[in-house]
Amino acid sequence: MRVLVLAKEDHQTQAAKPPTPEAMAEFQKFNEELVKAGVVIGDGRLYPSSQGKRMRFDGKKRTVIDGPFAETKELVAGYWLWQVRSMDEALEWLKRSPFDAGTYEIRQIMEFEGM
Amino acid sequence: MEAIWRIESARLIAGLARVVGDIGTAEELAQDALVAALEQWPISGVPEKPGAWLMGTARHHAIDLLRRRQTLQRKHEEIGRDIQQAQEDTGPASAIDGDGGDDLLGLIFMACHPVLSKDARVALTLRVLGGLTTEEIARGFLTPVSTIAQRIVRAKRTLTEAHARFEVPDGAERAARLPSVLEVIYLIFNEGYSATAGEDLVRPALCEEALRLGRILAELIPTEAEVHGLVALMEIQASRLRSRVGPSGEPVLLLDQDRAHWDRLLISRGLTALERAEGLAGAMGPYALQAAIAACHARAATAAETDWPRIVALYDAVAQLAPSPVVELNRAVAVGMAFGPAAGLDLVDALVQEPALKAYHLLPAVRGELLRKLGRSEEARAEFERAASLTQNVVERKLLLRRAAECTAERMAG
Repeated sequence: MRVLVLAKEDHQTQAAKPPTPEAMAEFQKFNEELVKAGVVIGDGRLYPSSQGKRMRFDGKKRTVIDGPFAETKELVAGYWLWQVRSMDEALEWLKRSPFDAGTYEIRQIMEFEGM
Repeated sequence: MEAIWRIESARLIAGLARVVGDIGTAEELAQDALVAALEQWPISGVPEKPGAWLMGTARHHAIDLLRRRQTLQRKHEEIGRDIQQAQEDTGPASAIDGDGGDDLLGLIFMACHPVLSKDARVALTLRVLGGLTTEEIARGFLTPVSTIAQRIVRAKRTLTEAHARFEVPDGAERAARLPSVLEVIYLIFNEGYSATAGEDLVRPALCEEALRLGRILAELIPTEAEVHGLVALMEIQASRLRSRVGPSGEPVLLLDQDRAHWDRLLISRGLTALERAEGLAGAMGPYALQAAIAACHARAATAAETDWPRIVALYDAVAQLAPSPVVELNRAVAVGMAFGPAAGLDLVDALVQEPALKAYHLLPAVRGELLRKLGRSEEARAEFERAASLTQNVVERKLLLRRAAECTAERMAG
């Protein structure tokens, strides 16, 4: 099955405390391990919400809202697409990550039976 | 626990196989470590590095085992040194943190050793590299559990008797042994691919397993073009998994599929893998060529936009590399699409006498399709009926008989 792993970060800490080179290296090592295990099938890191836009729908009306978004907590900062056999396997992989802050959300992607 | 086993088992068995030299013992040691974990972790809690814990435990067992056997004193010392070395290199807690890639590669080549039969290679690979249970493999291959269990036991014995060495072959040796590995992965993929919707989900899961193995292999030996070729082929084929069966379980032919349902992510992964294969030196191998053909379909936004002349050229290349009547038949279909049904029919007619295709239902099916396009409905109907009588597949037979009926209707109308 396929899962989407959403990295949610605290907006303020993210701005105040950019990752150290060591933390980056550790993350890269972890990511590489995932790739080598055939788990990662897609990934991306997002620019800060100050460069993002939102569109709100209300009937026929469309409202564009410029970033940065008002929330300061749990803004999506990046994502992974993983191919795993079970939610447990995804959890087990995530446990091994070097992260020491933030919230990571694992959501199963709906698929047709068989894939 | 199952998830941890799934993540760690292949590397664990690979690391142990390097030390003890055979897959059977390595797997037993790994299983023993798993049993120990099942006993201890509920009490002591899951260790921070479960993989390192399992490896440490298994290596202790390995030493005990070899001590008890009192065999090969020299080998024993080697292992002692090896463990010491590993601990000095990485520290005791992270013995498994190292790459382990070479061990894994060694295990892949051993499980796919050419002394083993195809069936044995497939079963052993799924067992030691996929971490699948014997029951899961049996369900995947619609084979009794006892048969698979025996196959695995026999495979291990064969490897021991043949003194198969745990090694990562290089150069000419690798070139000679790689096809056997790729064949196993593609067989696993096809076993899953041929399953239809609603069947036991273990079968389609074989596609994912094969893709995972292919992706791992592509990371381990990124310089082998055919590995990328195989990955490309599987990614692109898998992109159509959900469109190739209709709502009532009937197969939907490639050109009739709803392309909006093709998996864009897998297609783009497949095209990237194909580029990688094409970027490496040397002529394209059979997998890369098949992937290139699959890519022609994947790139076309509609069936009508398919680059058929290019597909013909690619089939020419396949036919040169691995000539077979089935390839010729596929080529004839492409020629029919690229240069008109009459040109295709000429080629198919030349294959009618081919003994290998005598009972092959797709020959009359293709011939029927071409005749129908040429307006020769009566002949087309006869061919579809012949094709229907040759296939074992009930759903396919229904489809062919429907075509035959359509031909009759066309003749009445015409």
